[in-house]
Amino acid sequence: MSTFWIVLVVLAVAALCFVLARRRALSAVDGDQRHLHSRPNYYGFSAALWAAGPALIVLALWLALQPLVVDRSVRPLVLEEDRNAALVMSDVTRLAGGIDRAIAMGGLTAQEARGLTADGLRDRLSDFGTALASEVSPGVLEAAQRYRTIEGRGALLRSILTIGLAVGLGAFALWRVAPGFRARTSVERAILGALIAAACVAIGTTIGIVLSLIFNTIKFFGLYPAADFLFGTTWAPSFGGGSSLGILPLLWGTLYISLIALLVAVPIGLLAAIYLSEYAHRTVRAWAKPMLEVLAGIPTIVYGLFALLTVGPLLMDVFGPGGALGVRWMGGGTSVMTAGLVMGIMLIPFVSSLSDDIINAVPQSMRDGSLGLGATQSETVKQVILPAALPGIVGAVLLAASRAIGETMIVVLGAGAAARLDLNPFEAMTTVTAKIVSQLTGDADFSSPEALVAFALGMTLFVITLILNVFALWIVRRYREQYE
Amino acid sequence: MNDMRLGDRAKQMDDTKIRARGVNVFYGDNHAIKDVDVDIADRMVTAFIGPSGCGKSTFLRCLNRMNDTISACKITGEIKIDDQNIYDSRVDPVQLRAKVGMVFQKPNPFPKSIYDNVAYGPRIHGLAKNRKEMDEIVERALRRGAIWNEVKDRLHAPATGLSGGQQQRICIARAVATEPEVLLMDEPCSALDPIATAQVEELIDELRQNFSVVIVTHSMQQAARVSQRTAFFHLGDLVEYGETGTIFTNPEDSRTESYISGRIG
Repeated sequence: MSTFWIVLVVLAVAALCFVLARRRALSAVDGDQRHLHSRPNYYGFSAALWAAGPALIVLALWLALQPLVVDRSVRPLVLEEDRNAALVMSDVTRLAGGIDRAIAMGGLTAQEARGLTADGLRDRLSDFGTALASEVSPGVLEAAQRYRTIEGRGALLRSILTIGLAVGLGAFALWRVAPGFRARTSVERAILGALIAAACVAIGTTIGIVLSLIFNTIKFFGLYPAADFLFGTTWAPSFGGGSSLGILPLLWGTLYISLIALLVAVPIGLLAAIYLSEYAHRTVRAWAKPMLEVLAGIPTIVYGLFALLTVGPLLMDVFGPGGALGVRWMGGGTSVMTAGLVMGIMLIPFVSSLSDDIINAVPQSMRDGSLGLGATQSETVKQVILPAALPGIVGAVLLAASRAIGETMIVVLGAGAAARLDLNPFEAMTTVTAKIVSQLTGDADFSSPEALVAFALGMTLFVITLILNVFALWIVRRYREQYE
Repeated sequence: MNDMRLGDRAKQMDDTKIRARGVNVFYGDNHAIKDVDVDIADRMVTAFIGPSGCGKSTFLRCLNRMNDTISACKITGEIKIDDQNIYDSRVDPVQLRAKVGMVFQKPNPFPKSIYDNVAYGPRIHGLAKNRKEMDEIVERALRRGAIWNEVKDRLHAPATGLSGGQQQRICIARAVATEPEVLLMDEPCSALDPIATAQVEELIDELRQNFSVVIVTHSMQQAARVSQRTAFFHLGDLVEYGETGTIFTNPEDSRTESYISGRIG
C-alpha cells in the first residue's frame, strides 16, 4: 500500500473517531453540554489527534529510517564489486525498481521475478521502460532481489503498523471519553506540542546549516593551510591544483563595497526617515512611505542590471578616460563605486523604514516636553528625538551592514570579478559572496580545495554577520531602557 | 497651607497677565471650547477645574500654542499676553513657548542626565555665556524645583532613573530654568503619590513669587489648596470664574455647586 493511501486511511480513521467521540460525549450526558468538562468538539479533536498523531509520526519516522536499514543489509552483498559502492547501490535500486515495474506492467509474474537470471535481463527490462547502464552481474541481481524482499516486507509492516496504531489508539481514545475527561486540556497540550515542533524545525535547520558549514570548513582546512587562507593576499584559484586561496582581497572588496553602500544609504535613509516621521503631513506620509518601501521589493538582480547598464557607464563618463573630469581613474564600468552606489540605493528603504519605526516609537511626551520649552522642531529632533532613538538607529544601520555584506547579485554584475587589494574605489574588485558563486558554478570536483573553499568563505561571512547582528542586538538592548 | 487671605489677593486684582476674549477651539467637527473669556492675573495661581473632557486642558494648551502641533485643531478668538495677541501672525510660537513654560501630566524627562535636562532650555535659548553660568542656572532651577538636595550629588545620573515625584520636580525645574513669565501645569500631580503631591503643591505656592501659574487639576482639594483664582469649565463652557474662596464656598452657578459637591462630573 502506498504512503498516500496509508495517510488517507489514517485520516479517515481520525475523522471517524472525531464523529464517534463527539457523539459519545454528548450521549453520555443526554445532550446537555453543561455537564461536560469541555465542549463536545474538544472530545472529537482529542480522539482524532490520538488516532492520527502517533500513527503519522511513526509513518514519517519509518519512511526516514527504512532506506538506511535497507542500505545496511544490502550493501555487504555488493562490496566485492570493484567499483564505487555508491554507484553500485544506485544500480541495485534501479534494477529493483525495473523488476517491480515489469511486474506491475504484467511482463513478469511475481513467481518469474523470483527466479530471474542475470543473462539478458538488461534487454528484457528495457522493454518495460527501464534503461540500465550496463549488463547485470549476478551479484547485483542478488542484491536487487534482497532489496526487493526487504522493501516489500517493510512496506507491508509499515501499512499494518500505521493503520493498526491509528485504529488502536483511536479506540482507546473513544473508550476514554466520559463527561469528566479533560478533553480541552489534552487538545491544548497537543497544540503546544505542535508549536514547539515548529520552533524546533527552525532551530534545527539553523544548527544543521552551521554544522555543515563547520564540517566542510574543517575538511577544507585539512587540504589547505588555514593560515594561508586567512592571511593570504592573493586569490588565484586554478582547478588544476596549486591555487592560492587568500581571503584578504575578497574580504577587503566586501568591506569596501559595504562601506560605500552604507555611506550612501545611512544619511539618505536617516534624513528621509526624519522627514517622514517628524515633518511630513499625514497625506504625504501615507503615499511616500509605501513608495519608498517599493524599493525594497525590487529584486537585487534588477539593481544589478541597473548597476551594469546605467550607473557604470555614467561613472565612466565622469571618471573614465576622456570623461568630464579629465581623470583616468576608472578603467571599466564595473568598479567598487558602481556596486557600492547601487547597493546603497537598495539599502535606503531598509534604513529609512526601520529608523522611521524607531523614531515613531519615541514617546510624544518627549516632543511635547521639548517644544514646550521653546525648542524649534529641528532642535527637538537633533537634541531629543535622535539621541533617544539612537540605539535603535545604530541597530538598523548594523542590520543594513550585514545585508550589504551578504549581497551577491549587485556585486557580480556591478563590481567585476577581479580579486585585488586596492584603495582606488574606481577599480574593479570582488567580494566573498561573488566568489562563492564562481567557485561552485564551475564543474569542479566537490572534494577539491577549490570547491571546498566556498564553505570556508561562507563560514567567514556567517561569522562576520553573526558578530554584527549580535552587536546590533546588544546595543539596542543596552540602551533601550533609557526612555521607558 | 491656607492661602485664603483675601486682602492679599485684592491688591493684585488689576494686574492681568493673560487676557483671553472669545476663544473657540475646534477639533475637526468637535467644538471643544465655546467662546471663553478669561483674565489671568500675574503672580497668582489660577486653577482650571471641571469634569474630564470639559476642555480645561485644551484651553491651557492654547495659552502656549501647543495645540499648533495637532493639525486637526483650529482656534479662533484672541489671547493676549502683556497686550500682545499670541495668535498674531508676527508671533513666533517658539519664542512664545520660551516665555510660557509648560509642565505635563506625566513626568517626561528626556533620556539625558539630570543636569542636561535642566540645562536643555537655557542652552537652546543661549542664556548662559559659559560653563560656570550654566552651573548656576541649573542649581538655581533645581533649588526652585525643591529637588536640589536630593540630586546635587548625582547631577550626571540619568533623570529617567529617579522616582515619579522626583522626575516631575525635575520637569518643573526644567521649565523654570528658561525663566518663563507664565507656567502652565497640566494635572502635574495626577501621576504622583500623596507625599510627592504635597511637595509639588508646596513648590507651586513658592513659584507664585516669580511666575503667574495656571494649573489644571482634577482634585478640588488641590485647587482649593494651591490657587487664588479658580475657573470651572463644563462641556467647553467657562461656567464660573472668580476667587477660589468664593467658588468653593459660595458658587453662583448651580452647575459649579453640583460639581464641587460631587453631584456631576
